[in-house]
Amino acid sequence: MTRDDPVRLYRTVRLIRRFEERAVDLVRAGAIVGGIHPYLGQEGIAAGVCAALRDDDLVTGTHRGHGHVLAKGADPARMLAELLGRETGLNRGRGGSMHAADLAVGVLGANAIVGAAGAILTGAVWARRRRGDDLVGATFFGDGAVNEGMLLEAFNLAALWRVPVLFVCENNGYATTMPVEGAVAGTIPGRAEAFGMPAAVVDGQDPEAVRDATAAAVARMRAGGGPELIEARTYRFDAHHTFEHAVRLDYRAPQEVAAGRSRDPVDIQGARLSGADRAAVDAEVEATLDAALEFALASPEPDPAGALEHLYASGLVARTGGG
Amino acid sequence: MPRLSYRKALTRALADEMGRDESVFLLGEDIRVAASNVTAGLLKRFGPDRVRDTPLSEQAFTSFATGAALAGLRPVVEFQIPSLLFLVFEQIVNHAHKFPLMTGGQAEVPVTYLVPGSGSRTGWAGQHSDHPYSLFAHVGVTTVVPATPADAYGLLVSAIRHVDPVVVFAPAGAMDVRADVDFAALAPVPIGRGRVHRAGDDVTVVAVGHLVHDALAVAEALADQVSVEVFDPRTLHPFDWDGLTASVARTGRLVVVDDSNRSCGIAGEIIATVVERVRLLAPPRRVTRPDGAVLPFAPALDRAVQPGREQLTAAIQLTMKDE
Repeated sequence: MTRDDPVRLYRTVRLIRRFEERAVDLVRAGAIVGGIHPYLGQEGIAAGVCAALRDDDLVTGTHRGHGHVLAKGADPARMLAELLGRETGLNRGRGGSMHAADLAVGVLGANAIVGAAGAILTGAVWARRRRGDDLVGATFFGDGAVNEGMLLEAFNLAALWRVPVLFVCENNGYATTMPVEGAVAGTIPGRAEAFGMPAAVVDGQDPEAVRDATAAAVARMRAGGGPELIEARTYRFDAHHTFEHAVRLDYRAPQEVAAGRSRDPVDIQGARLSGADRAAVDAEVEATLDAALEFALASPEPDPAGALEHLYASGLVARTGGG
Repeated sequence: MPRLSYRKALTRALADEMGRDESVFLLGEDIRVAASNVTAGLLKRFGPDRVRDTPLSEQAFTSFATGAALAGLRPVVEFQIPSLLFLVFEQIVNHAHKFPLMTGGQAEVPVTYLVPGSGSRTGWAGQHSDHPYSLFAHVGVTTVVPATPADAYGLLVSAIRHVDPVVVFAPAGAMDVRADVDFAALAPVPIGRGRVHRAGDDVTVVAVGHLVHDALAVAEALADQVSVEVFDPRTLHPFDWDGLTASVARTGRLVVVDDSNRSCGIAGEIIATVVERVRLLAPPRRVTRPDGAVLPFAPALDRAVQPGREQLTAAIQLTMKDE
């Protein structure tokens, strides 16, 4: 089975879906504090993009970042442990949902500041290529981020210095509750084209379409081309944040949500598999997540005495706040 | 002995570290032609890949440096105007500084931010004259403010070798200071260690950056009335609390002179910490910019807002009168 095998692609989409559904349940049960930004409905983008990347390629993402981290190959058990704030989590319980990072698989971190991760990734890819690696990067951001100056500055730097970064805009139609039509003057590909960057629009609900568009862009980038942009059109099935249910935000018509949910990346990719293959993947994913949950719940919480650990990589011990 | 200017000490530190370590590179606006003079000659010696002029994209290139550091390089970012730090406070504080903890120790971000010409250059008015070192000390970013050419050399070298982000404030008031220096004796100065420039018995004056030279002049002028010890912390975070405590424990009196704003400035922190540790013979005093100061343009107004020798003299005399 190759990395972009239809079964493998389905497995990634399904894994993210069930991970997110279980995480939402854990938020509702009070086991995950702080809540999460569910990726439900957008799984095809992370799965499709990462299927076209190599293991050593680099990725940065957003506050809605679980899918990116899982698709790049992070261990779901350690990811879930992170969301539960456990010492065994990817970030030792210091980062949580919005900062999940696994440098060992090339994930430089989910980033909770909208539009912030693109410039960081550009610098990281540039630095690694200066050392002779031919790797590329992909950075995920929402439609809201295309109005952030820092991201547009990053477009300029990447294009100017021909840094092979794929800017992946997950356009789910809303920046929290602000509709994209009310926020984005011009077009999202137009933002890229202004910097001389090739841009494509792709159906984000179709994992294979995302994978194919990414593969084409990555091939050009790896061959020495500069950055590119993909606008993946998608729909967020659930809330912006799990907190949203508590405050009962009303900004999407039920018909719109129903229409959006009717194009489900899990089903679209699942239809490409035999019934038996799909059932086998589903069962395997459940078993993986059962084991992940068991691992995470059995893991210890961090010792409060270590609350300032890693504040400084140099080991500087900060003064405490009391007494 | 040969004379070395503060400015040339910075250049020498950059050249020595770039020569010693391939992973060190410079990033900034107009550094190719050395608009600040600090990077003079480095393009010729190290080439455009290691002396990189950037577009006017402070936020992106600051985060680009974060990414390059995550990928194993040691960027030095030059800001020719201290107020640009307000523009990139987000990138330094919210990303570079927080990455090690948020990733649970996976990431190191060894970036140096060099600010030659910090503070008033007289006549540069409201948006070019700030001295925001207290802000960085407050958020916990390693913050150094050298006063002499040898310390400028030694602290910049240590900053570049340091594994955490470091802001190096080189005050405009110190840039033209020259000193007799044995070049062979130039060495790294440890971060976090203060220096007693002049020993005294009656009062400890803590002076930050270029104000060390004013404090020494005032101490000399008052020498027949009062024995002043001049303590230069050199690093504002982490601060050499033990060194300062030892000084004040002997003298029993404390005056702080600091070119940042009064409220929530480093002078307040210095006084608070000393009075937690030492029983003083007289109330401590501080000489600073006013609360929330913005430097006015006209030279007489600019000088009126900055801490000066007359105020320091008065503060020392008051402290000596108090019992």
